[in-house]
Amino acid sequence: MLKRASFAAAAIAAVSIASGAQAATLDDVKARGTLHCIVNTGLPGFSYTDASGRWSGFDADMCRSVAAAVLGDSEKVKYIPATGKTRFTLLNSKEGDVIFRNTTWTFVRDVDVKLTFIGTTYYDGQGFIIRKSKGVKSAKELDGATVCIQTGTTTELNLADYFRANNMKYEPVPIESNEEARKNYLADRCDVYTTDRSGLAATRATFDKPGDHTILPEVVSKEPLGPVVRHGDNQWEDVVRWTVFALMAAEELGVTAANADEMAKNPPNPNVARLLGAEGALGEMLGLDKDFALRAIKAQGNYAEIFNKNIGPDTPIGLERGLNASYKDGGLIYSPPFR
Amino acid sequence: MASTQNPDMTPSLTQQYEPGEHPDWPAPSSVKGPVAWMRENLFGSVTNTVLTLLAVYLIYKIVPALADWMFLDAVFTGESRKDCRAQGDGACWAFISGRIQLFIYGFYPDAERWRVNLTAVLLVFALVPILFDKVPHRGKALIYSALYPVIAGVLLVGGIFGLEYVSTDQFGGLMLNVIIGVTGIAFSLPIGICLALGRQSHLPIIRILSVSFIEFIRGVPLITLLFVAAVMLSYFVPPGTNFDLLVRMLIMVTLFASGYMAEVIRGGLQAIPNGQYEAADAMGLKYWQAMRLIILPQALKISIPGIVNTFIALYKDTTLVIVIGRLDILGIGNSSLADAKWQGLSTEVYVFVAVFFFCSCFLMSRYSLYLEKKLHTGH
Repeated sequence: MLKRASFAAAAIAAVSIASGAQAATLDDVKARGTLHCIVNTGLPGFSYTDASGRWSGFDADMCRSVAAAVLGDSEKVKYIPATGKTRFTLLNSKEGDVIFRNTTWTFVRDVDVKLTFIGTTYYDGQGFIIRKSKGVKSAKELDGATVCIQTGTTTELNLADYFRANNMKYEPVPIESNEEARKNYLADRCDVYTTDRSGLAATRATFDKPGDHTILPEVVSKEPLGPVVRHGDNQWEDVVRWTVFALMAAEELGVTAANADEMAKNPPNPNVARLLGAEGALGEMLGLDKDFALRAIKAQGNYAEIFNKNIGPDTPIGLERGLNASYKDGGLIYSPPFR
Repeated sequence: MASTQNPDMTPSLTQQYEPGEHPDWPAPSSVKGPVAWMRENLFGSVTNTVLTLLAVYLIYKIVPALADWMFLDAVFTGESRKDCRAQGDGACWAFISGRIQLFIYGFYPDAERWRVNLTAVLLVFALVPILFDKVPHRGKALIYSALYPVIAGVLLVGGIFGLEYVSTDQFGGLMLNVIIGVTGIAFSLPIGICLALGRQSHLPIIRILSVSFIEFIRGVPLITLLFVAAVMLSYFVPPGTNFDLLVRMLIMVTLFASGYMAEVIRGGLQAIPNGQYEAADAMGLKYWQAMRLIILPQALKISIPGIVNTFIALYKDTTLVIVIGRLDILGIGNSSLADAKWQGLSTEVYVFVAVFFFCSCFLMSRYSLYLEKKLHTGH
């Protein structure tokens, strides 16, 4: 009887606070005053809590930029930490507005899971780490190696594909988490550890002698990581997409967090003027205001600043720009024109 | 009498005494005392001797290394993992102590944390009259205990009486485990009792409802229920509804524990001999009177180990909140470990979390033993 009572209470509570019709995500976010951002429960350099409980990292900062563009305040973000299994469900059930959680853009996720991928904020790829003392210079020399591999991931399938394509054999050492892999690799229970190269770099940074280990040059898979929104809300999709592009365009045009205000007042060229809202009405077309890009850039800096602060060469993660350099420097980071 | 004692207290076998004059000699060391105890318990047989030596060897191997790691070589201050490693090879407790606030309060606003502390102190006062029956003014104190959930809710969430509103999104860490654990424990016992009685009821509708509820709950893993509560509910309830996630979570955990509790208590009810039921009927007691005065006190008493078992399981299951995007003490640990400055300290975090859970669960377990002893009035 009590059981029914509590169900009834729950139902009544649910109905009594029900409000009007379903609104678009942008209106929801504005009305709520906070951006609900789905992030990783903990991935070095990308999303983690610092000592004061503040979410930090590359993905967390991207959330701040979007919040600054939409709400005018980069701290109005509610972070929803999600595991690999729960992230899409949390998005589709509207618990979250956007996923910034190192999510690989794949055909099936885009088409069959009915998600909308905004673009790529970080080009990753699977790599191998090995002790320098083993004298291996290329992944092609890994025939017969024992490999530590996280089970149930796409990296496991990529590994099998790569070794089969190159007619080599390997012995898998199945493990569950990055931390476990780290311990097994250091204890020499496997010759090689394979996962995304950003993860390898982050892991190597924690070794006592990082210099004794090398990440092999081969990249055996494509892992384009980027933000994801729900299928079918084109306005919100545009807002997130062009906020991210604004960060990339800012790097191309030399706009940084420090000089953005100055550039907005005295734009050196029409491109900067349009990006920062000194000219035209691009922001209004998005349903925001003309300063949206200016606020996004001022929040955490342009793409290069966010990259360098969280995962760049001067951080413990120590990743080079590589594919993630601006197209001007030979990378793949490229923003369509703001006009 | 003093004159008859020899200096080393050894009774003389030849000494004669008058009737009633025999002094109380201490028992010989072969019967009582540490040596006798060791002979009987540790070296009583060949197997025992081998096991004892093995155990001593293991302790010798493990304890000094563990003590070194945990205390002697441990580092208590530092700014990063490298800093810690430079100072010593033991555990890097600087990581935990630097974030202890985060581990306890989660993302609860700094300025409002006194409210969590106050809630915790009030919790102790609410628990004492429930746990111990020799408390002065117990009747009045129990009224306070019954009101406590409301007081705690108001204090923690705020929004009235001038308290600043704190969203439940910001709850985290140890306080989240305790909130979910205590709520689940407090509400699952009465609901479980009702379900257990309902399952034995002669009224078909109540019986069928109880049985189907219990079987449903026991047939579904908790993580599934939590996931449904977190993400599926929004498909069923009207659009735009924002039914607090933590409340959904509390309801699910409570219902889940109630299902198990009902079965534990049903075990107790079935162990009561029929004669007790008949005796209650013979005295002309109504159903609820019979249950309250005769059956339940006995049934609950023999169910104590099972009940506490369920409580402990529930308490440990509170770490599953990660599936709905809330960080409890373990989740905070994991997200902290991803801080590149501190990466690689998982052992310290897991040991810390394990110690916390062990302390909580051990307390529950000791209390249940105390209760069993107190209620042991039978044969």
